[in-house]
Amino acid sequence: MIATIWAWLTDPANWSGAGSIPDQTLEHLRLSFIALVVAALIAIPIGLYVGHTGRGRVVLVNIVSAFRAIPSLGVLFIAALLLLPRLKGELAFELPSLIVLVLLGMPPILSGVYAGIQQVDPAARDAARGMGMTGQQRLWRVEVPCALPLIFSGLRSSMLQIIATATIAAVVGLGGLGRFLIDGQANRKYDEMAGGAILVAVLALLVDLVFAALQRFAVSPGLAPAARR
Amino acid sequence: MNRRHSTVLGLALAGVLALSACGGGDPLDEEGGEEATGGGGGEEALVIGSANFPENVLLAEIYAAALGDAGVPVETNLNIGNREAYMLGLEDGSIDLIPEYTGNLTLYLNEAAEETESEAVYAELQESLPDNLTVLDMAEAEDKDSVVVTRETADELGLVAIGDLAPHAPNLVLGGPSEWRDRYTGVPGLKEVYGLEFSSFRPLDAGSTLTVEALLNGQIDAANIFTTDPAIAQNDFVVLEDPEALFAAQNVVPLISTEKVTPQIEEVLNNVSANLTTENLTDMMVQVQDTDPAEVAREFVDAL
Repeated sequence: MIATIWAWLTDPANWSGAGSIPDQTLEHLRLSFIALVVAALIAIPIGLYVGHTGRGRVVLVNIVSAFRAIPSLGVLFIAALLLLPRLKGELAFELPSLIVLVLLGMPPILSGVYAGIQQVDPAARDAARGMGMTGQQRLWRVEVPCALPLIFSGLRSSMLQIIATATIAAVVGLGGLGRFLIDGQANRKYDEMAGGAILVAVLALLVDLVFAALQRFAVSPGLAPAARR
Repeated sequence: MNRRHSTVLGLALAGVLALSACGGGDPLDEEGGEEATGGGGGEEALVIGSANFPENVLLAEIYAAALGDAGVPVETNLNIGNREAYMLGLEDGSIDLIPEYTGNLTLYLNEAAEETESEAVYAELQESLPDNLTVLDMAEAEDKDSVVVTRETADELGLVAIGDLAPHAPNLVLGGPSEWRDRYTGVPGLKEVYGLEFSSFRPLDAGSTLTVEALLNGQIDAANIFTTDPAIAQNDFVVLEDPEALFAAQNVVPLISTEKVTPQIEEVLNNVSANLTTENLTDMMVQVQDTDPAEVAREFVDAL
């Protein structure tokens, strides 16, 4: 089995042309990034607001847990059946999948941002207030930089989940690495199926490494775990 | 950061291992392993399976109802998957009987199969079957693959037969089930027999609302829809003629494990097949849209 998977992964025919591994990987990344950006654009402001003001904490915590319970595949089918007749072209296939991925990607970002802001050292916050900073200044110059490690960890776990789940887009006819899983199964090509699964895992890891590198640049060295003690 | 990292790495590795472990095993083992645990009196129940589309589920329910009435202990394990999946179930004994279609089953068993006419296909099927599998009488009812376009497309491009698509195919998108990608009675056959090279093939669920919706809304231009699908009449779709008989005859036929065949089972199923026509099957398919398939099957069997 391992040998046939390896043969599939290294077959040059699978590395060029339409529907090839690079092709589907790019498509997978494109869908995943769009979903992450949209999820972040929605979740970060809400997380910042709740973390900074402390208002709506209970609501947020409950919404986050509720979102985590949403069954992705079910939402995908409902969204596809509702939207397919109403939209034209590629968007009709992409939007349902994006909705699912955004819903899935929001909770980790929300909790990361909220918890990050919440856990900023009160002494730092008081010092900022004592220096006469306004609420906005405290948020952007003190709280956000201090919260960055947790914000990043929220983004990273969101990205991991989105990449792993983007495979289900193939169920409604979209591209991406999920094609190998679905088509491989339909055509009894288990090497293709397993190869696709491995590619998804590898892609998730690589993207996480990139995010880790970004985090290293973005987070103040003073907040690095080693320097904390 | 390092600790988090090794957790992520560990989880991913565990995932890869779990997945490759799955790949080596038999996918039916987990879901399809509904073993027949004693249908009373020590007699083992006959497990009836079905493919994952409504008509096959209905046919399986009809077999189940007819056999149940005759006093044969039956169990059902429906919606297993496509042929590629449930044939493995017949091999390992997790199912014993499944409604099949002569042409596609023959092609599955024998890639070199050439016959396309009903009787000839049935004869070829008998030859291609391994010893452990048996087919009983076939029904007149036939559910073929077909290439379907909207009335609008047909009028605009002057389409009557599949071959008429050839000059337009490079601008059109074909939609069908994933297995059409590699199956001869799919994309490869359309190319070889009719010279169709579609701009792309979009894999969608077999005979699903998704395919119908996508065809109606122009996301795909031609679709693989089964001839007994009520959506064809409801949406005024045009079924393109198949003069080269790429899609072989597809009469409904019970496929059963040879060791499970008894004269009683044979008689009951042959009687069902004798009464099953394309018309009454299509009628039942319309009913199935808002009625439980088991009820529709019950009504049909009661009227036998």
